[in-house]
Amino acid sequence: MSYEMYQEVILDHYQNPRNKGDLDPADIWAREDNPLCGDEIALYLKLNDASVVEDVKFQGQGCAISQASASMLTVKLKGKTLEEVLAIDEDAVLQTLGIPISHARLTCALLPLSALRIGLETYQEDGA
Amino acid sequence: MGKLKESALDTRAIRQDFPVLDQEVHGKRLVYLDNASTSQKPRPVVEKMNEYLNLYTANVHRSIYQLGERATEAYEGARDKIQAFLNVRAREEVIYTSGTTEAINAVAYSWGMKGGLQEGDEIVSTVMEHHSNTIPWYFLQDKLGVVLKWVDIHDDGTLKMEDYDELITSRTKLVTVTQCSNVLGTINPVAEIAKRAHEAGALCLVDAAQSAPHMPVDAQAIDADFLAVSGHKMLGPTGIGVLCGREDILEEMEPFMGGGEMIREVHLGWARWNDLPWKFEAGTPNIMGAIGLGAAVDYLEGLDMHLVREHEKALTAYALERLAGIEGLRVYGPTDVSQRAGVVPFLLEGVHPHDIASILDSEGIAVRAGHHCAQPLMDRLDVPATTRASFYLYNTAEEADRLAEALKRVKEVFRL
Repeated sequence: MSYEMYQEVILDHYQNPRNKGDLDPADIWAREDNPLCGDEIALYLKLNDASVVEDVKFQGQGCAISQASASMLTVKLKGKTLEEVLAIDEDAVLQTLGIPISHARLTCALLPLSALRIGLETYQEDGA
Repeated sequence: MGKLKESALDTRAIRQDFPVLDQEVHGKRLVYLDNASTSQKPRPVVEKMNEYLNLYTANVHRSIYQLGERATEAYEGARDKIQAFLNVRAREEVIYTSGTTEAINAVAYSWGMKGGLQEGDEIVSTVMEHHSNTIPWYFLQDKLGVVLKWVDIHDDGTLKMEDYDELITSRTKLVTVTQCSNVLGTINPVAEIAKRAHEAGALCLVDAAQSAPHMPVDAQAIDADFLAVSGHKMLGPTGIGVLCGREDILEEMEPFMGGGEMIREVHLGWARWNDLPWKFEAGTPNIMGAIGLGAAVDYLEGLDMHLVREHEKALTAYALERLAGIEGLRVYGPTDVSQRAGVVPFLLEGVHPHDIASILDSEGIAVRAGHHCAQPLMDRLDVPATTRASFYLYNTAEEADRLAEALKRVKEVFRL
């Protein structure tokens, strides 16, 4: 099972992450970690006037699954409307990853989504 | 390759006693290398527990019928076995707990919290302790204002013994230390540390969770005031362990928990505590677990703990040698196996510890990845996590080879 997790596309995103970097100022941002394994993800989104994701960056360190998932999520986010971003759920993230994720590694795969959700919550609370 | 020059143990015969090892995982023969986390259980231990469940299930101490007497005899008999195994002075000094964690918490609560530790009193610990020997003392720090101090390690993972000169003061009430690090495998000179504590008028607690399963532990030679052990890491079941304590100190201490068994007499408004060791054993105990631990002790003594240690020493030396040949792999902990148990943590450049563990799992190899319940030590080593292989008496040189080969496979998968 595990070998199937480490497919070409995952290793590519892990070793050559897309959209890695900072975005300041960002409209939506959040940091999430998993102290159990030391995975960390910070996610930054910039929206344009039409509430479309104009730019997105992430920072992070951790396992191949969490970092590849973050990289792939940023690719997915670019150009999406806020409404579309809000609709991204666990299934969507797992589908994008396209690999079988063992139960033990699910937290790693979904860490970037957790960060996104925290960021969205703060954004909405702030009434922006 | 694949053979120890001299094996102190007949692992082929031993493995017959562990049916769990005779299976395939992901189509590969299982290699179980997470023994610092928990050990597998040999047939005689399982059979002994089944015997209690099948033939004489009864509560202990209060049952005036044959089954109850048999259960009490087995339960108390196991205590005698553990006393002899750890060379504790008296059976009154051997208290059953659910494990090392409960044992240390009992000391923190009964001796520390209820025993009158005060603001400014000091406890000297080390940076390599398991969370179970860290967090209970945080309770005292936060509640009472007790001051915690930490002995550092050298780069090779051994304790900076000279730190004790400065850290132990007239305010020190307790020196707490693990006999063997669950991350680095470092074997600490606990008898020397206990002596230094006593010279300053402090008590000493030794966490023997990682040592008692793997080497002879002589409680009287160490001369600590408290010594804690877990059953499940030494071939016994989970949920059982012991706190060994000096009788005069235990006599002074208030009970940790109240309930049945720990009382001599109870009236409205007042009660008198039971004698040692039962004063600290409130409630119906883990009878099956204690009997299982007794059987585990029998099994270990049947093999001889000196030979267990010799086997693991040779196996660890072999494993360290095999891993040293892998480029990009960094092993932590002492290189001298006379100062190290069979615990081998490592990092592989370019691959996160969890990814290593996942791929090793595909190869049928069970290892642990993470902070190993020792986050302060991870901070000290400046690593977020490590992958850890830990050996036991049933592991073989062939299995160390399998680990080394699988790590090469990890590098291939990550194109390193």
